[in-house]
Amino acid sequence: MSPAADYDDRPWLDPDAEPFIKVQSVSKHFGDFTAVDSVDLDIYKGELFCLLGGSGCGKTTLLRMLAGFETPSSGSIIIDGVNMNDVPPYERPVNMMFQSYALFPHMNVESNVGYGLRRDGIAKAEIEQRVEEMLAMVELSQFRKRKPHQLSGGQKQRVALARALIKQPKMLLLDEPLAALDKRLRVQTQYELMNIQDRLGVTFVVVTHDQEEAMTLSTRIAVMDVGRLQQIGTPTEIYEFPGSRLVANFIGNANMFEGRVIENGTDHVIVECKDPTCNFYIDHGLSIPEGSKVWVSLRPEKIRISKQAAAESGTNCIKGMVNDIGYLGGTSTYRVLVGDKHIVEVTSPNLNRPKDGNPPIDWDEEVCLGWDASSSVVLTK
Amino acid sequence: MNNGKRSYFLITTTCFGIAFLYIPMILLVFYSFNKSRIVPVWGGFSTRWYGVLFESEEVWEAVGLSLKVATVNATFAMLLGTLAGLALVRFGRFRGRTLFSGMISAPLVMPEVITGLSLLLLFITLKEFIGWPDQRGFTTITIAHITFSMAYVAVIIQSRLTGMAQDLEEAAQDLGAKPFRVLTDITLPLLAPGMLAGWLLAFTLSLDDLIIASFVTGPGAVTLPILIYSRIRLGLRPDINALATIIILAVAIGVLLAAWIMFRQQKQRELELKMSEEV
Repeated sequence: MSPAADYDDRPWLDPDAEPFIKVQSVSKHFGDFTAVDSVDLDIYKGELFCLLGGSGCGKTTLLRMLAGFETPSSGSIIIDGVNMNDVPPYERPVNMMFQSYALFPHMNVESNVGYGLRRDGIAKAEIEQRVEEMLAMVELSQFRKRKPHQLSGGQKQRVALARALIKQPKMLLLDEPLAALDKRLRVQTQYELMNIQDRLGVTFVVVTHDQEEAMTLSTRIAVMDVGRLQQIGTPTEIYEFPGSRLVANFIGNANMFEGRVIENGTDHVIVECKDPTCNFYIDHGLSIPEGSKVWVSLRPEKIRISKQAAAESGTNCIKGMVNDIGYLGGTSTYRVLVGDKHIVEVTSPNLNRPKDGNPPIDWDEEVCLGWDASSSVVLTK
Repeated sequence: MNNGKRSYFLITTTCFGIAFLYIPMILLVFYSFNKSRIVPVWGGFSTRWYGVLFESEEVWEAVGLSLKVATVNATFAMLLGTLAGLALVRFGRFRGRTLFSGMISAPLVMPEVITGLSLLLLFITLKEFIGWPDQRGFTTITIAHITFSMAYVAVIIQSRLTGMAQDLEEAAQDLGAKPFRVLTDITLPLLAPGMLAGWLLAFTLSLDDLIIASFVTGPGAVTLPILIYSRIRLGLRPDINALATIIILAVAIGVLLAAWIMFRQQKQRELELKMSEEV
């Protein structure tokens, strides 16, 4: 694969690419409260970018600043080379899909979808044609005359999407687009959203608190907490190489061990933990001095659980006692007591059917936990 | 209470409650068909007082004036009250907002005697200085009614706006509507039921008002409540009973009509809901 083609899917790696949206040290204060704290962000054309964080982390405020409903207290937002600070929402080349969908209750589906075009003074015939195309795309053609209250949740969501996309915005902002749907519909809609985004090539910026949603949807994720950006990266980067304990804990589950670097070689590091007593052998070097305090994060599914110490577990192996088992069908989650009070969570696929109904590993059984030298991540903050 | 037998206590209290509310009105209707001139003495069935009533020009003038005042009042109160409500809810925090919202609702709790007296003083002072209003009557009553019914409308609009999600207005802006367009396309249509309710309330308040109207009225301007009150002061009169019966009938028809329309809408909504679920 040529390097240029490589950049096509990952424009953020291309040093020559010009970001489509530039958020430059943007802060937003409401009185004494800082909702967004000097955020810098580059989003490239055609990305499906997720702002992920818990409630009150500032993700929605950032989105509203992109839409123009809030003005930054300091810093600037540049979309396609134009500074947006003084541009009102109705003049921005951006459309938004609201969490509540915000469908106009007194207009039918057709009028809702065509509203943006009517405000732009586009000829009636063209509006009709474009509304028809849009409704066909979201498969709502037969509902054109319905009022919003006559639609189901999933249909409303699609009307909102069609209405936001009909003006062919340079960027579509989606505020918790799937939060109001039930679980099954959510998964299905997730893939529909991705297909539509792929087809139209519009840049999507999605706000969500649901990490699973963020992982499946996005090209890149920005994790936010208390108004600050914690980490930006692809879903894999964020999950496999979290930059801090906060990110590691927020995305998926992580077992966290506190320890000290006792050996820092060029190709390996050894971290010594006191509670539980255990040495971590990690197969890459670190640019921190020996003796520094660090945390080792270990994902539950990267740990092997067995009754006997397997030979290949090598240096990374601890003994413990099964405290709890959560049987989920495809996988089981074991909570293993290591040392006096440290609980290590292990997720293990159920590869074989138990012969006589007894689980392969039972409560209160002594087990060995082992993992590869490349499985754990050393965190300094 | 679920075994089919109802407690005698509940039946009795219900009967007393209903009787307390409706016996006076039934008496009134009953005596309006009294042949005798002296109200409490039954002289046989007759509709002669309705005839007397319809021939009385004075009564018709009073009805006309009351309806005219109520209509003009309701329309102005609706417009001004809506604007006040919008200002209070949608324009964010401005200097003196708390004072403004307190002042808007003051007429709701102010005794009517005080409102009437102060307005009378205002009109007299105005006449002294600018020579207007030349004569108290239709104009002064209407202005007085607008000042207090506007406050009721503002409160209704305020509560409806607060319940109305702001993201609808933001969505319209996002789709390219300038602020004035948002007002005409989204805010006002959604406020329409509230504005209609406000109009009706202002209309009824005005039709009903005796105290303020008697303060600010002048010679020759007699509203229906003023007429009824001044006639009753000279003793009970059977033709007034007839008038009251007609008013009761009008109100009853209005209420039944409203209930019927609401029932139909409810049915329609249930049907639509079922339709959307089936698809």
